[in-house]
Amino acid sequence: MAQPAYLSLGERLTFAIARLIQGVTHSEAYVWSRRWLRNRGVTGRAVVIAIPYLWLLLFFAIPFIIVLKISFSETQLAMPPYAPLLDWVGELALEITVNLANFAFLLTDSLYGRAYLNSVGVAAVSTVLCLLIGYPMAYGIARASPTWRNVLLMLVILPFWTSFLLRVYAWIGLLKGNGVINNILMSLGVINEPLVMLQTDFAVYVGITYSYLPFMVLPLYANLEKMDLTLLEAAADLGCRPTRAFFRITLPLSVPGIIAGAMLVFIPAVGEFVIPALLGGPDSLMIGKVLWNEFFNNRDWPVASAVAIAMLVLLVIPIMVFQYFQGRQMSVHR
Amino acid sequence: MVSSPNTEKKIEPWNDPQATPYVRIERITKKFGDFVAVNDVSLKIYKGEIFCLLGGSGCGKTTLLRVLAGFEMPSSGAVFIDGQDMTGIPPYERPVNMMFQSYALFPHMTVEKNVAFGLEQEGIARDEIRRRVGEMLEIVKMTQFTKRKPHQLSGGQRQRVALARSLIKRPKLLLLDEPLGALDRKLREHTQFELVNIQEQLGVTFVVVTHDQEEAMTLASRIAVMHHGEFVQVGTPSEIYEYPNSRFVADFVGSVNMFEGRLIEDEPDHVRIESGELGGTIFIDHGVSSAPGATVWVALRPEKIALTREPTPGPDNCVRGVVKEIAYMGDLSIYLVKLASGKMVRVTQPNTVRHPEDRITWDEQVYLHWHPTSGVVVTQ
Repeated sequence: MAQPAYLSLGERLTFAIARLIQGVTHSEAYVWSRRWLRNRGVTGRAVVIAIPYLWLLLFFAIPFIIVLKISFSETQLAMPPYAPLLDWVGELALEITVNLANFAFLLTDSLYGRAYLNSVGVAAVSTVLCLLIGYPMAYGIARASPTWRNVLLMLVILPFWTSFLLRVYAWIGLLKGNGVINNILMSLGVINEPLVMLQTDFAVYVGITYSYLPFMVLPLYANLEKMDLTLLEAAADLGCRPTRAFFRITLPLSVPGIIAGAMLVFIPAVGEFVIPALLGGPDSLMIGKVLWNEFFNNRDWPVASAVAIAMLVLLVIPIMVFQYFQGRQMSVHR
Repeated sequence: MVSSPNTEKKIEPWNDPQATPYVRIERITKKFGDFVAVNDVSLKIYKGEIFCLLGGSGCGKTTLLRVLAGFEMPSSGAVFIDGQDMTGIPPYERPVNMMFQSYALFPHMTVEKNVAFGLEQEGIARDEIRRRVGEMLEIVKMTQFTKRKPHQLSGGQRQRVALARSLIKRPKLLLLDEPLGALDRKLREHTQFELVNIQEQLGVTFVVVTHDQEEAMTLASRIAVMHHGEFVQVGTPSEIYEYPNSRFVADFVGSVNMFEGRLIEDEPDHVRIESGELGGTIFIDHGVSSAPGATVWVALRPEKIALTREPTPGPDNCVRGVVKEIAYMGDLSIYLVKLASGKMVRVTQPNTVRHPEDRITWDEQVYLHWHPTSGVVVTQ
């Protein structure tokens, strides 16, 4: 590799790295070990694919198996507060005690059923709200001039730079009895008495919609931005007015974006704990809060684990359905 | 132009002062910021024509087409279609349809739905739509693919669907943006003839944008050669090819040998030009209204030059050279002949005999000669 006389530091570094890589890849040992690995089915491709799987195995599958194990065990006044699932009986015999009582308990006490339904309901309403607010935002950004587009995208991402918890606390300041909104409305004479907004379902919807809006806007933007605008010209050319063209062309083509955004909002919203705990009332029943109570107040780890497992199962099914449809949509638009 | 049985019956409306043009483009200028894409262009297009806008990329041909479709509003000037002023009329209210270069088929709709789209906008009854879509798919030979989505079709099939979709509303004027650009050579030739057939069958007026002079030649009734947002020449394909009005047109349409020379004799019935580049004189049997002594250029098409070992009698239209390159193309061969001045001349000869015994070959001395009608004098 011939080097020109004047090079910046960065260029020198690039050359050095390139030469290093070249040195390694051309070495006898590298070529030999690569062939040895390839003959045993280990290729660079396999390694690259293996990394995320290993990650998932470590940080998702193993904790999940631990929680699953606890959900099948019995409560015990001990450290940890549950009975072991596996027991060595004698020298080589292994006894497995599977206890389904925790799951049965979830079905007998109506609290859990109501909490699940309520969570799904709150998440669904919030998802719809996010879609109604997020779609026009994403559309506006995608159709803005390139310079404005970057500024607007920046503004969408900007809230992530402050702590999530802080932003939820800020909403308390906005919504409370003598908070910003009530004060403004009273000083304008719109209302005489402060509105009760904090510790209501309304506050929970506001909090979730606000927090998850970027997760709706970003995938929608990505979808709308890559849409071929000549399709709209073609529609207009065939006598279709702009509003109608939106419903006939733009909206159907953005369905994958809508599904992706809805998934990103709905799934975490179902298990949301912080927002209902801080903004919701004492009677706002969400599964995240129930889980917290079982775990920390009742110290009933097995039931808490059963609640978590049941939630996961309830969520995995709709995710799989969504993904199936999305996969089909993707293949259509390829 | 592709000839068809009724070509003889067709009069040439552009030569008839009584004929009313179907599309009238009046002094259209389109600017994008400081850039002038189309510069003060006027044109009349008559009913039933296939009119080609021909030019290189960035010459303003697509912009002009988009002005006709209503996607771009002209900076000044007006378009009249069937006598109606189109200024301020949005694309969805114009009696014009367009076939897009990318075809712009709706990816989420089947072939049938794509074609039906235009009719659905007019609130036509379902049965009527189904019947007309069926007919149109028959014309473009796509009846077996009605339920396919665009991504399941080949390039040629997509092109047919796009054509069917743009014709379904029976527009009086169809705009085609590089209609054959995405097809391979064999399919292009086939489709060119089919386009002409469909055009005659439905009596639509076509305005075609293309950068491909061959495509323009075969399709068009008339061609407008565009350069820098202006029309350089407007005429029938043979006028453009045989009588280019400028060096640009002669060079852009087909290949040409250009000789710079000086007018030494200028009579009403002939001219004689002395060219240093050629190393001889050129005699042309038509007059040029230019001052004697003026610098002119003579355009000579490669196929109009003959190649022999012996010189022809007479002082004009004959020059000596050496064969430097021969390219065998199957139907014809291209010879590059170097003149004494160093200029290379391109000559094509049809291969009428399969294995000629005594073929002219490399580094042979040859004489180039041509008929007095062959040269075209251009002054700009």
